[in-house]
Amino acid sequence: MTSAAQADDAPLVEMRGVSLAYGRGPDATLALSDATLSIAKGEFIAVVGPSGCGKSTLMKLVTGLLPPTSGEILVHGQKVTKPIRGVGMAFQNPTLMPWRTTRDNILLPLEVVEPHKKRFKANKAEYVDKVEALLASVGLGGFGDKFPWQLSGGMQQRSNLCRALVHEPEILMLDEPFGALDAFTREDLWGVMQKLWLDRRFTAVLVTHDLREAAYLADTIYVMSKRPGRVIVRKTVDLPRPRTLESTFEPHFVEIVHELRDLIHQEYAV
Amino acid sequence: MSDANRYYLKIAMPWLVMGALLLIWELACILLAIPEIILPRPTKIFAVFIERFDILLRFCLETLWTTTAGFVLAIVFGLLLGLAIGASPFVYSGLYPLLIAFNAIPKVAIVPILMIWLGVGAAPAIITAFVISFFPIVVNVATGLATIEPEMRDVMRSLGATQYEILTKVGIPRAMPYLFASLKVAITLAFIGSVISETVGGNRGIGFLMLSAGARNDAPTTFAGLFAIAIMGVAMYAVCALVEQRMTKWAFRGEVVG
Repeated sequence: MTSAAQADDAPLVEMRGVSLAYGRGPDATLALSDATLSIAKGEFIAVVGPSGCGKSTLMKLVTGLLPPTSGEILVHGQKVTKPIRGVGMAFQNPTLMPWRTTRDNILLPLEVVEPHKKRFKANKAEYVDKVEALLASVGLGGFGDKFPWQLSGGMQQRSNLCRALVHEPEILMLDEPFGALDAFTREDLWGVMQKLWLDRRFTAVLVTHDLREAAYLADTIYVMSKRPGRVIVRKTVDLPRPRTLESTFEPHFVEIVHELRDLIHQEYAV
Repeated sequence: MSDANRYYLKIAMPWLVMGALLLIWELACILLAIPEIILPRPTKIFAVFIERFDILLRFCLETLWTTTAGFVLAIVFGLLLGLAIGASPFVYSGLYPLLIAFNAIPKVAIVPILMIWLGVGAAPAIITAFVISFFPIVVNVATGLATIEPEMRDVMRSLGATQYEILTKVGIPRAMPYLFASLKVAITLAFIGSVISETVGGNRGIGFLMLSAGARNDAPTTFAGLFAIAIMGVAMYAVCALVEQRMTKWAFRGEVVG
């Protein structure tokens, strides 16, 4: 566990015996069953598992977008009943608005989230500078005027990360954000993601089915079973940071990935 | 063929095709000796068009005014209703079946009712143009709102956006290309509406002019009226297409769409 994760004793996010069923009555499908985990402030966790195991459901539960069928979720020790504030989200689909320039897309959270919303009109120049700095930090300096559809897939996903982080959220939710990219771009963005996290130390939840991605980015990896998803293993990644692409070929890294892969294969074999 | 020539040919194509059709029409009338009262020759129609231009223009402007008034009403009403239907599942389930039922009614059947209520004049034509053209606007705007990506909604909700903010920041901009696409359909329908109303009963507009010319067996004037309606229709369509391109450039992703 990293020092950041140990710094705070009380976890930022706690899930206690959380289950979620979609639909009602006999048609209900249990997507997530008895999930219990806790995330420390500043921790980077990854949730891995076969597709359809309720990974994305878990993410929606933590942010309060979905109410759990049973169990409870606590953020800052408070029970989550509606969408919580201070969250950034990035999905596999960048969902940038095609009618806004990249800069205006990234400004969106500042138009909506307090306290920025109140100050937005009067301090727009300051916010624009902030966005430009953020764009530059992910290697998109000077692309603010372009529309999202004029950017490549990797550049769109970088902008998407900027939008998710611009309002400095406490928690960042990443739902397979690099899943649709080619291998080179994906590995490149792991580096970008790690740099952003090292600079800002937000709490991050990464949902992915790429085990190397999970091991590269996360402090702790949770492996989920087939549907209905249960957390079957919690694995701490004790690799030093910053990790590089070179680290992914080191024996210890490979060992961790192998171990996770075996677990998931066993889960499929049952 | 050079690029420049291809470009000019593409622009000239509609005129060439139209010219060819008129030529075939003209020759057919002469060679088959079709009487003027059945099908007048295009040259004859053009002659009447120029000769009676002031009268045609007066009646055309009346139709253009009623059509535009009905069309503007349809945009305002269609936009509001479309937003309501697209934003609220309750309004949707409550109103949508009624709208479909109403749209299935032949509008020509309601013109006599409108005449009883509103008398003869511009009002029935405006209302007919309105009721016939608002439906595609409602459906398109509602579709634009209803097809917001769920992820986009989640991003907005997790930022703490209100329903109103989701509507103004995502829903309405997203519905705009749908709205403008529907306007091109709606404007031609609005012309059909106002001309139907003028033809069924009325004392004004190009529909009335054609009807009275027909009653006098004046086929060339009737056909000149038809041409005038077609010209107005194309012109208004072009205006709508131009506005569409200006307003929703992003929807065309930088490609040239004629």
